[in-house]
Amino acid sequence: MSEPVVLGAEAVTLAYGSTAVVHDVTLSVGEGGTGLIGESGSGKTTLARALLGLLRPRSGAVRYGPRGSDTADLASLDRKGWARFRGDVQPVFQDGSEALDPRMTVEASIGEALTTHHRMAGNARRERVTALLEDVGLEPALASRRPHQMSGGQRQRVAIARALAVEPRLLVLDEPTSALDVTVQARILDLLERLAGEHGLGYLLITHNLGVVDRLCRTSHVMFAGRVVESGPTTELLTRPAHPYTLALRDAVPRLGGEPPRPSGRTEAVPAETGCPFRLRCPLAVDACREEAPVARDLRGRMVACHRAEDVLAANEVPHAPRQ
Amino acid sequence: MTVSASPEAPPVLRRTALRHLAGVDRLAMVGAVLLALIVLAALLAPLIAPYPDDGGSATHPLDALLPPSGAHWFGTDQVGRDVLSRVLYGARTSLLIAVAVLVISGVVGVVLGVVAGYAGGWVRDVIMRVTDVFLAFPALLLSLALAVVLQPSVTTVIVSIAVTWWPWYTRLTASVAASVSTRGFVDAARCLGVPAPVIAIRHVLPNSLTPVLVQLSLDGGGVILTAAALSYLGLGAHEPTSEWGLMVQQGQSLFTTDWWVVTFPGLAILVTAFAFNVLGEGLRARLAR
Repeated sequence: MSEPVVLGAEAVTLAYGSTAVVHDVTLSVGEGGTGLIGESGSGKTTLARALLGLLRPRSGAVRYGPRGSDTADLASLDRKGWARFRGDVQPVFQDGSEALDPRMTVEASIGEALTTHHRMAGNARRERVTALLEDVGLEPALASRRPHQMSGGQRQRVAIARALAVEPRLLVLDEPTSALDVTVQARILDLLERLAGEHGLGYLLITHNLGVVDRLCRTSHVMFAGRVVESGPTTELLTRPAHPYTLALRDAVPRLGGEPPRPSGRTEAVPAETGCPFRLRCPLAVDACREEAPVARDLRGRMVACHRAEDVLAANEVPHAPRQ
Repeated sequence: MTVSASPEAPPVLRRTALRHLAGVDRLAMVGAVLLALIVLAALLAPLIAPYPDDGGSATHPLDALLPPSGAHWFGTDQVGRDVLSRVLYGARTSLLIAVAVLVISGVVGVVLGVVAGYAGGWVRDVIMRVTDVFLAFPALLLSLALAVVLQPSVTTVIVSIAVTWWPWYTRLTASVAASVSTRGFVDAARCLGVPAPVIAIRHVLPNSLTPVLVQLSLDGGGVILTAAALSYLGLGAHEPTSEWGLMVQQGQSLFTTDWWVVTFPGLAILVTAFAFNVLGEGLRARLAR
């Protein structure tokens, strides 16, 4: 293994036109799994696109490089720098049927990665495609299929194989299982966990599924309305949330045989423009929340942006059994 | 296929195959069959025309303006040429013009459209403003103006129609390519570090083609009508070339006395334009499902 690398967002603000969708987000991905949790529209995917170099930050920087030494701003990379970045960081998107060119066979899709990064062709390329398909648990015979001739799980495996073909060091997994059936989800997650272990890959796992990060990510960040509202060790966040939004997310998870989930607060309210963006949905909101946007601060081993974090923690003093 | 062979085919297979041919695609089939016949007639004109020489400059003054008969199914024109033969040869001219215009304007339109749609930003703006300039003129008027400046010929017809036709394909392709460019597989290719021109050719272009192909087949009829109009106005094909628009123009003054001279080339224009339209509509309906 060469030296570990790190990919990070540094006070990144992202906007489409004049609408900012991600505000001042700082996080980093290195060794092992990092979770990014949030509901639809919270800006997770937009942030992922910036981390992949597909979207230029309005302000702040996406930085990449060897851990411990100087990382480089993606905006300042030259051709060679970009080529190395592309070779090191690969995505797996939400929907395999979108992420694969409908007109290309599996072999052509994976082969494109091999040709681009390893100048492979002909028999060498075919053999490598076969090996990669086996690595992700697919029959090599699938090489001649097109996306519409495969199941959702198979397509996602092909997308993973294509990412691995590059021999990356970091993966950005943007809701890699949310388009799949529950049973298939579990198998894809098993596969990702195994591959990340075998290849020593770091990964950012973006999801709205708390059970998933609980299993795969040591550290997690919770996003709401384009801001990171809480981050810290995943188990801590899930057993003792310090932000009311994290708490609401956790309690919104339905459990077999349990009470039906009762999301706290008014889940339909839009993020507030002033003060704390969560205050319109927050059952604990006070005057201070309307007047001043909370700044992220260190609270017992985690970062949290909430005026009432202490009260949330205190209310959750009873240890919550970690979910399986 | 022989009649005795069909009962051996599995009945289910036969029925689905039949339904496939006769069902929703009936319209497209009519167009395709008509068009195939017209193409065949054009290709085989020298073989099937009763008087092949009449397709060109031959004259038979003694046979002028004979009404339709066993010897001349469509009658003869002012200089005694067989109208059926000239209609068959005219199919060659019309199809040549249609194919040439569609290929030229299609290629130019699709290439510029993919560039505009994938590159976006100022590149798209520049290309779109140029198409706006062309689209600001009524197409026929612009074609006419060009044809007047150039020498009347089949090439002139092709060039002057193609010049006004490509912006439509550019606009159509640009909008499709722009939406294809936002799809996951394009992002995935960018993340692989595939160079932008390669992404445009390998991923965006093939996935943007379908609507343009439908539009091209719909437009075949329009090109043939426009070409006929230009030749009718004396700006396109000229004697002794067989061209339907030209034949209509030459025969129109005789309509009350010798109706066949103008009617058969006119019908040929009508049927060909109809075939293109019906095929295009059928394709569109099929692909919209």
